Amino acid sequence: MSRFSPGDAVRVRNDWPETSGRRVHIRTPHFVRGREGVVERVLGTYPNPESLAFGQPGLPPQTLYQVRFAQAALFPDGTGNARDTLTADLYEHWLEAQP
Amino acid sequence: MTGDHHHHDHVHAGDPHAPISDHGREPSFDYLVLERAVRELLIGKGVFTADEWRRQIELMDSRNPAVGARLVARAWVDPAFKQRLLADPKGAAAELDIDTTNTPEVAVVENTPDRHHLITCTLCSCYPKAILGIPPAWYKSDTYRARAVKDPRGVLREFGTELASDVEIRVMDSTADLRYLVLPMRPPGTESLSEAELARLVTRDSMIGVAVARAPEPVR
Amino acid sequence: MSQSPRAQHDLGGVEPFASQPIDRAEHELTQFDKSVDAIMYLLSHPSRRLLRVDELRRAIESLTPAQYRDLAYYEKWLQGIHDLLLEKDVLHDEEVMLTCAAIREELMAKDKGGR
Repeated sequence: MSRFSPGDAVRVRNDWPETSGRRVHIRTPHFVRGREGVVERVLGTYPNPESLAFGQPGLPPQTLYQVRFAQAALFPDGTGNARDTLTADLYEHWLEAQP
Repeated sequence: MTGDHHHHDHVHAGDPHAPISDHGREPSFDYLVLERAVRELLIGKGVFTADEWRRQIELMDSRNPAVGARLVARAWVDPAFKQRLLADPKGAAAELDIDTTNTPEVAVVENTPDRHHLITCTLCSCYPKAILGIPPAWYKSDTYRARAVKDPRGVLREFGTELASDVEIRVMDSTADLRYLVLPMRPPGTESLSEAELARLVTRDSMIGVAVARAPEPVR
Repeated sequence: MSQSPRAQHDLGGVEPFASQPIDRAEHELTQFDKSVDAIMYLLSHPSRRLLRVDELRRAIESLTPAQYRDLAYYEKWLQGIHDLLLEKDVLHDEEVMLTCAAIREELMAKDKGGR
């Protein structure tokens, strides 16, 4: 049962496990953390790479979402124009519903 | 050989003439040695056989952009196949005798007049290897990984591709285990071409998204 | 968002890379490249599951900044594969070092026009 559906407004958590002092493996790019996006597709359920990376089974499996962002919001000084977008495939525990 | 050994310091470190992209150079002597050692030890322990190793190299050699081009050309001429390709890329590949067993999932994204896709993996270098083979050095470079998300129009321009400002460029960062393959638009003026001729217009770069499919040779 | 504590491999939008020209030179894959790629495939194959792709990524991300910057792509893979196999006791440091020493001797003798 996935928490989000296509079209839902979500915000990527502004978490930085890299600063915890633990060894981590994170697949949420730095430039989307804390950013707002929209769920484009629900991609399915997969074991969690953050623990797979350390030889653990990656359970419980997490729902993976393709989340769409406006490029101009992510990189205001980039060359993406007002129409251009970026997607990243993100795991559910990194997403919060936007109020 | 742990990380604090300086076994590569006579080759790479601090070389002012090193190209920005260092992929494709011959490995340093120490890594050549390490590769052979690791391989021989693993074969010696029965982890895999020399035959299996050789066969996997041959299998990867057989995977190259021509394989992806066949999928695209078939999708261009057969709308029902195109729908199957978009819904289940590996199943559609199997229809063309393309073997993708034990490889990561592939997703196909279709370019339209309104939307052009550009694929990258900013975190490493994920790529649809099962269809296209091993990615080009530039795809794996720090430069492409950094620029594709911030400067997509500049990257396309560098590859000779200019898109109108009212076309949405969608950069797709392959952050999980899904590997993305672009289905480029069929070029105009190709109605009379055979499937094989169409496949020749589909370049690797058009399936990554830094380019569009080639235009047909002008008819004299 | 100012200085973010991003990991070294997390390169989206990062300068100076994001302002450099892309080196588009095509490089023929070396036998070394193909072999390392094949070794990883075999090790991670469902029939063995000795390594996972996620573990290799993590091992590469854990390389020193100098290694991450200076090693070629498949050299990083090989270093990561090696480090993981030691971590998992599939290989042991001593046997790796002995085997490397023997290979090194053999290659250097060949180089000197030996038998």
